[in-house]
Amino acid sequence: MPLLNELREGELAIIESVDGTDSIAMRLMEMGLLPEEPIEMIGRAPLGDPLEYRVSGCQISLRKVEASRISVRLSTQ
Amino acid sequence: MSVPVSKSETTGKPAVSGKKNSTSHAIAVIGNPNTGKSTLFNALAGMNAQVGNYPGVTVEKKVGRFRHEGREIQLIDLPGTYSLSPRTADEMVSVRVLLGTQKKAEPIDGVICIVDATHLDRNLYLFSQILDLGIPAILVLNMWDEVLKRDIAIDVQELENRLGVKVVPTSARKGIGLDKLKSEIVSLVENCSNADFVPPKLFPDSFREAKEQLQVEVEKRTGHPLPHYLAERLLLDVHGETEREVLQEDQSLNSFIANLRTELASKDCPIPAIEPRVRYQWVKQTLDGLVTKPDQGLRTKKDTLDQWLTHRFWGPVFFAAIMFLMFQAIYSWAGPLMEAIESLQGLAADFVLGIMAPGALRSLIIDGLIGGVGSVVVFLPQIAILFLFIAILEDCGYMSRAAYIMDRLMTRVGLSGKSFVPLMSSYACAIPGIMATRTIEDRKDRFVTILVAPLMSCSARLPVYLLMINAFIPNDSLFGTWIKTQAIVLFIFYILGAVVAVPIAWLLKKTWFKGEPAPFVMELPSFKLPSIRVVFDRVYDRSKAFVMRAGTLIFLTTVIVWAAGYFPGDHQKLDQVDAQLESGTIEEGSPEYEQLEEQRRVLAASLLNESFLGRTGHAIEPVVRPLGWDWRIGVGVLASFPAREVIVGTLGTIYSLGGDVDEEDPQLRDRLKSARHSNGEPVFNIPVALSVMVFFALCAQCGATLMVMRRETNSWKWPIFSFTYMTTLAYVGALLTYQIGMLFIKG
Repeated sequence: MPLLNELREGELAIIESVDGTDSIAMRLMEMGLLPEEPIEMIGRAPLGDPLEYRVSGCQISLRKVEASRISVRLSTQ
Repeated sequence: MSVPVSKSETTGKPAVSGKKNSTSHAIAVIGNPNTGKSTLFNALAGMNAQVGNYPGVTVEKKVGRFRHEGREIQLIDLPGTYSLSPRTADEMVSVRVLLGTQKKAEPIDGVICIVDATHLDRNLYLFSQILDLGIPAILVLNMWDEVLKRDIAIDVQELENRLGVKVVPTSARKGIGLDKLKSEIVSLVENCSNADFVPPKLFPDSFREAKEQLQVEVEKRTGHPLPHYLAERLLLDVHGETEREVLQEDQSLNSFIANLRTELASKDCPIPAIEPRVRYQWVKQTLDGLVTKPDQGLRTKKDTLDQWLTHRFWGPVFFAAIMFLMFQAIYSWAGPLMEAIESLQGLAADFVLGIMAPGALRSLIIDGLIGGVGSVVVFLPQIAILFLFIAILEDCGYMSRAAYIMDRLMTRVGLSGKSFVPLMSSYACAIPGIMATRTIEDRKDRFVTILVAPLMSCSARLPVYLLMINAFIPNDSLFGTWIKTQAIVLFIFYILGAVVAVPIAWLLKKTWFKGEPAPFVMELPSFKLPSIRVVFDRVYDRSKAFVMRAGTLIFLTTVIVWAAGYFPGDHQKLDQVDAQLESGTIEEGSPEYEQLEEQRRVLAASLLNESFLGRTGHAIEPVVRPLGWDWRIGVGVLASFPAREVIVGTLGTIYSLGGDVDEEDPQLRDRLKSARHSNGEPVFNIPVALSVMVFFALCAQCGATLMVMRRETNSWKWPIFSFTYMTTLAYVGALLTYQIGMLFIKG
């Protein structure tokens, strides 16, 4: 199962699961990073980290470490 | 604080009673970040909100008022948040205000929840928690202008039916829907009953049963009931604030809660993941078929603008260019305005000279009042331009991009990109900057940011920089005509504090504040054209704050410094000489006139020398001599410890009282240029000017910042620490600057 941080720019995926029960995991889920949500990788900061995603119409930024807690499956559409 | 202590504080009863007979009602205002909440707040309540603090925590208490249809409505602004799941004592404040159990808070009659109408799905998460609280509520669909612009259709009527609350579309930026909202707020408080309102049943039965068990158990063990919403939080927020507070009362509840959670997990109700699951499910059901967006598809290209501004190469280039443009603008745009203020100041002084005889009062008015306060107000144009830039960057959405670009760099010193915006704001003033650290969830990151924030070059330093640069740095052109050496020196001083802050922050993170870096989950709001109204509001607000400080604290210090320089001493002779000089009977430029002027200089100098100020100055001269300063600069610096912008006024007062420069001289910088040591050498040269600037760049000369720091960290320890380390840094920095600078001049 690929992790969210492994997506390349422009790739579209569906969230499978968010790892952990701590406040970071909760924060990710409150921001709408939920299982079955489509997510698109849209860019990275000039120094390579953090990463930028689009999920439910919003742009959000995540660090690699945080993105690596989210498992995804690649979406064909 | 003028808000009366609420009854609920003593009785602990929920505030939503609906039985209030008074005509004043309190409404809480809540919403996600980036929904235009503060703009809406200002649009409803005007610019004159009262600001204070809740006791024991670091949350700002902001209360505004408006009158509508004969009702007085109090608006209580709550911090922007994505959810009401308190993880810290600060986040608990919002929940308490809504429950009516917060100390020093008016019990509320209702709540308005501001959402970004273009992102309803995400924003309704918070609203679903508010519905759980069972408080009369209004849902405000803000940014309605964007909804129309993007051809999004929202069935407001049906949304009202499904939610069972009033839904009001508004655009705070354009002033749309505000009257309707005010009317709805009034009818909310008039009816004030939500008896027939039933919060949606979101959680599965197993969860509700567990919650009820928990309520019974907590009441049994602690002796007081646990409100429905807090019971939910206690069950859901693992290591949250509710849990911490309840366990503080009865540690043994820990295993009871743990058992409930394990049991729930086995019934397909995993804690805490169940909450976002059921709430977003509810959001989906609620919005089903109500929102139609023109088909963009998910796979839209990243905005072209965004792509450039966060580009690997062009992003940082643009960022640096913006910063540089800002400082260049401060120079070129403010010039004419400053000259106007200066000539006005000259006119005022001339007017007083014309109508008053020489004496203590005239000296106070000209040297203390007009000279002191005037030479601070003259910098208002530059400060307004700086605030203008910051307000535009904030409003158009670039500030969070800056955090995104800077995050990697900030992690090198152990902070996150989130520390960037507070530090950037500290460039305007460390006080709002330190307050802005509230968006940093991680306590360690937050404290380190607070401790280095006063190093950022705040607007109060600008007058000192401008004065010294204008007077002593030659204004040569480099690379053609556009870039000026003065602008480059200003730029260097603006980044000096930030450069020094890097090792300090790194050191703090290695010692007192060890730990993992905080998470960086952040929304990047879409770019929009900054609203003139919002930008103007912010510039006005912050410029006003600057002038108010100039008008009160600085004025007071100026008068004290004037008095310390004027007394004790017999000014009779000096006044006689002045009167003779001004009588007009002696021709200007005649030998007799010159003689009188010389007499005046000697008298004034000896009076200042013997004054309280002169004595203090001479006493500290050995300490400041190695920095290249004379006793008068030493006195000026000493007098500016309460507020650094005082220095300009103080120097103005000291050098005009000193009598060794022409009192008629309108420009303070000319006075400084012509100031002489007793041996006839100029007081100021480039190394002295730089040494003064370095000292001001690094020193914690701001009583208000230290007070805010105490309030925000809730301890005297950190302001004392900041004061000590910054003053030491400033002295050493100024010492090195002067000594090394002199090597260049001599060599």
